[in-house]
Amino acid sequence: MGVWKMPSKTESLSGLFGRRVMFFREDIHDISKLINDTFYGAFISPLKGKPIRFRASISEMVKTGYDAVPIVAVISLFLGIILALQAAYQLRRVGALIYVANLVGVSITRELGPIVTAIIVSGRSGSSFAAEIGSMKFEEEVDALVTMGINPVRFLVVPKLVAMMIMVPALTVFSDCVGILGGFLLSVSALDIHPYNYFQQTVNSLLIKDIITGLMKAWAFGIVITIIGAHEGFKVKGSAAEVGRRTTSAVVASIFLVIILDLFFTALFYYFT
Amino acid sequence: MENFEFEQCEYGKGMETAIEIIGLKSHYGDMEVLKDITVSMPKGKITTIVGKSGSGKSTLLKHLIGLLKPTKGEILIGGKDISVLREEELNEVRKKMGVLFQGAALLNSLSVSDNVALPIREHTRLNESTIHIMVHMKLDLVGLSGFENFYPSQLSGGMKKRAGLARAMALDPEFLFFDEPSSGLDPVTAAGLDKLILKLRDVFKITIVVVTHELPSLFMISDHVIMLDSGEAIFAGPLDELKTADDPRIKMFLERRPEEETYSPDDYLRVIAGD
Repeated sequence: MGVWKMPSKTESLSGLFGRRVMFFREDIHDISKLINDTFYGAFISPLKGKPIRFRASISEMVKTGYDAVPIVAVISLFLGIILALQAAYQLRRVGALIYVANLVGVSITRELGPIVTAIIVSGRSGSSFAAEIGSMKFEEEVDALVTMGINPVRFLVVPKLVAMMIMVPALTVFSDCVGILGGFLLSVSALDIHPYNYFQQTVNSLLIKDIITGLMKAWAFGIVITIIGAHEGFKVKGSAAEVGRRTTSAVVASIFLVIILDLFFTALFYYFT
Repeated sequence: MENFEFEQCEYGKGMETAIEIIGLKSHYGDMEVLKDITVSMPKGKITTIVGKSGSGKSTLLKHLIGLLKPTKGEILIGGKDISVLREEELNEVRKKMGVLFQGAALLNSLSVSDNVALPIREHTRLNESTIHIMVHMKLDLVGLSGFENFYPSQLSGGMKKRAGLARAMALDPEFLFFDEPSSGLDPVTAAGLDKLILKLRDVFKITIVVVTHELPSLFMISDHVIMLDSGEAIFAGPLDELKTADDPRIKMFLERRPEEETYSPDDYLRVIAGD
């Protein structure tokens, strides 16, 4: 038997690094192709007589949007209450309790509404996209679509993208309202702020800009979650266990990218609005 | 490398070629899965591709239906080399093909009738009532009328394959490809499916390619047989010639004899140590 040498530390380190870079490069390539195909399917194909699957889009909207309403409502309500409590803790000392309304209103519409909604949607829909497409890949359903001359991206991902581009902003608006309601309920009950004052203060503190920037973020988050979920799903090759692994990494990657994108948008809006 | 073009031999005279594979090579990573395969398949007949597990038969099928691109070589289907076609051109060729996958690959979110209607809705502009009639006819053909509103999860294995076949037949294809049609089926159901394949050949004159390793199926349906071993075509010709072939690998397959163990434990250790 020949002598088998352990690779030296430098070799294995550079090997590890090289492999990571290669995988990363492959991922970037696949994701850009997926983005290209998805947007082509959503915006160009309909002009060429291949319409978006309307009924599938509606059913995706129900799954990603309507079904998420209860969880978004509960979390946003609690978030509003928590935020009001934390704000009151500091503002009480300077006797500026009424500014709880400003703080809750602005931080929810600009930041927490979009991000919390995106995280909930990542967990619900991002994972379900990856699992659905992954198991279809595993069961050869994706191959079947290809052999029928149907582009799987147009067939599977475009309805999801359409649903997410509409439903994530919609859920965000809903989350904003419920979050502000949470702050309002706490303030009028525990902090003894007059309901009308709280309402006026909120309306005065919010600018249209705050809401619009929040919705723009939500729209972008919707796209990111769809693409990552679909990408992880299409990557499934071998086993059923891989579907589970890909689902997990879809959630982790989409939450991570949502936060990164949020940082980018926040910085952008800070300097340019 | 032997060339298996049946037009040159006695049996193939006067037969038209439907599918021709010339010098096909394919790799998974660094591993060569198909090694220079040159075979052809007759029009309107049933060609079975047989071989052991891992012999490359499923890979060959994937090349035929355009799911994989070869490293080298040509795949002529109806005279067009599908390995060099662009996606849109390939989709045009695919409209003339029907594929039945191993697990039938029905879309689980759609009912049986929607599954069968899918290629028709995607590729034609027929109205719903015409599509309804077509779907009914296709399901009737495979013996599944009355199951229109069932979902794939409610069907048995054999019924799923029949439904998958109805979908493959939806656009009246010229070519039908079957990946292991009898796998996972009991002998009776499998024989029923084989009979259906024969019926499709006789009634519609479709060129049929079946990948299988089931001997009863092979003997029942084949007109023309291609045998693969470790990525090489070791036989191509009519079924009768296969039965009388001298090649020990073919005999071993047909007589269902086990292979000698390839590795001694020492060799095995050497292999896993990368020597």
